[in-house]
Amino acid sequence: MWRWLHPYAKPETVYHLLGRWLPWVTAGAVLILGGGLVWGLLFAPADYQQGDSYRIIFIHVPSAMFSMSIYVSLAVAAFIGRVWQLKMADWALAAIAPVGAVFTFIALFTGAVWGKPMWGTWWEWDARLTSQLILLFLYIGVLALYYAFSDNRTGAKAAGILAMVGVINIPIIRYSVEWWNTLHQGATLTVFERPPMANSMLFPLLTCILGFALLAAALIFQRMRTEILRQELRRPWVKNVLQVSPTTGEQR
Amino acid sequence: MTQPANWSALTAVMRRDLMVVMRRRSDILNPLLFILIVVSLFPLAVGPGPDILGRIAAGVIWVAALLSALLGSERLFREDYLDGTLEQLTLQPQPLALLAFGKIAVHWLLSGLPLVILAPVCALLLKLPIAGWSTLLATLLVGTPILSAMTAIGAALTVSLGRGGALLSLLLLPLFIPLLIFASGAVEAALVGTAAWPQVLLLAGLSLLTLLLAPFAVAASIRVSVN
Repeated sequence: MWRWLHPYAKPETVYHLLGRWLPWVTAGAVLILGGGLVWGLLFAPADYQQGDSYRIIFIHVPSAMFSMSIYVSLAVAAFIGRVWQLKMADWALAAIAPVGAVFTFIALFTGAVWGKPMWGTWWEWDARLTSQLILLFLYIGVLALYYAFSDNRTGAKAAGILAMVGVINIPIIRYSVEWWNTLHQGATLTVFERPPMANSMLFPLLTCILGFALLAAALIFQRMRTEILRQELRRPWVKNVLQVSPTTGEQR
Repeated sequence: MTQPANWSALTAVMRRDLMVVMRRRSDILNPLLFILIVVSLFPLAVGPGPDILGRIAAGVIWVAALLSALLGSERLFREDYLDGTLEQLTLQPQPLALLAFGKIAVHWLLSGLPLVILAPVCALLLKLPIAGWSTLLATLLVGTPILSAMTAIGAALTVSLGRGGALLSLLLLPLFIPLLIFASGAVEAALVGTAAWPQVLLLAGLSLLTLLLAPFAVAASIRVSVN
């Protein structure tokens, strides 16, 4: 397995590999997410109780789901960087964390917008809301630590440790609605059962979830490529890619 | 490495840390005075009525405890880092996590334990009803080790930064939130007359888990910082 993985430890290979995948993933994200949003926001039927305001779930649910999965991937990257000392895994922190932070923010923001007409309040100190807010702070903390050191390598390692410590928050968010029976409702979608939801609402939601996954992948790929270029700025291959003259540093 | 050697290294680290702090007692006293001052600010700010103060007392004491933990966090590793002791510790044949555990234990002895002893005074100042006292003390007793352990992780991560204060609070305070929720929930339960022990036990479990895992995180952070 290591022989097969070996070439991917080289930043140049990964840069070009991601570059090859990026257009496909981006196109998929635009098409599927665009289609899902149009389907959900315009064509899906209105809810009998909540009217049109339920439509926020087409954005809220996917972003909230992936705000947590992205954090797990962040922690996995940190773990790989820690155990196998792959510098690319360390750089992945800087690529993944901002995307996760923005997804968390979107989940909080759409939740607040939905909460105002439904719960009558923008914000409630409910277990899930609070733990989601902690998640946002954790992302910001990881990023702040990553960029706090003048030596990039130290910063990445320190941020990786923090990312792994913060992973305890994930089960707390996931099960907060079951442990503390507060305002936020329980999960509607589960893997093993058919969700109690009409097909006409379920399918656009699943489309949106897939679209958000592709969107996250596209954003992370693009950020990863930028981070690779940033870290390898002095290497000849980067100068080749950027069409910079190796001697004067000017663009050709 | 033999068992006695590990043990003697642990006690040596603890004895040394205790001695260093005992020769400069203001390091222990200042965070405690800080808590007292923060606690006494609240009656001035929200008014001295017992109905308000009694209800927020436990939360105020816990928030003051969190802030004072941040205040005292610098001294955990900073001077050892500056004079090279930390580097020597990483070179020891004994596992670094064990020595880190010794440092956490001393930090708790000198900041967590005094806090537990001081807590009744704060509770008195804030007119916490007697029903909540034992629960408050219990949460502080099982919760402050978490404070010491997590503070040690943050301090070890930022020790080489020099200006880590604000960053440290950004990193640590989010991780303290679950602790704060369980602790104030327990006291609240005691005040309304329901059982508080489930939350206290949960805190105790959290505390044991943190004490088990934190030394390894501290050791990893020290190795990152010393490099």
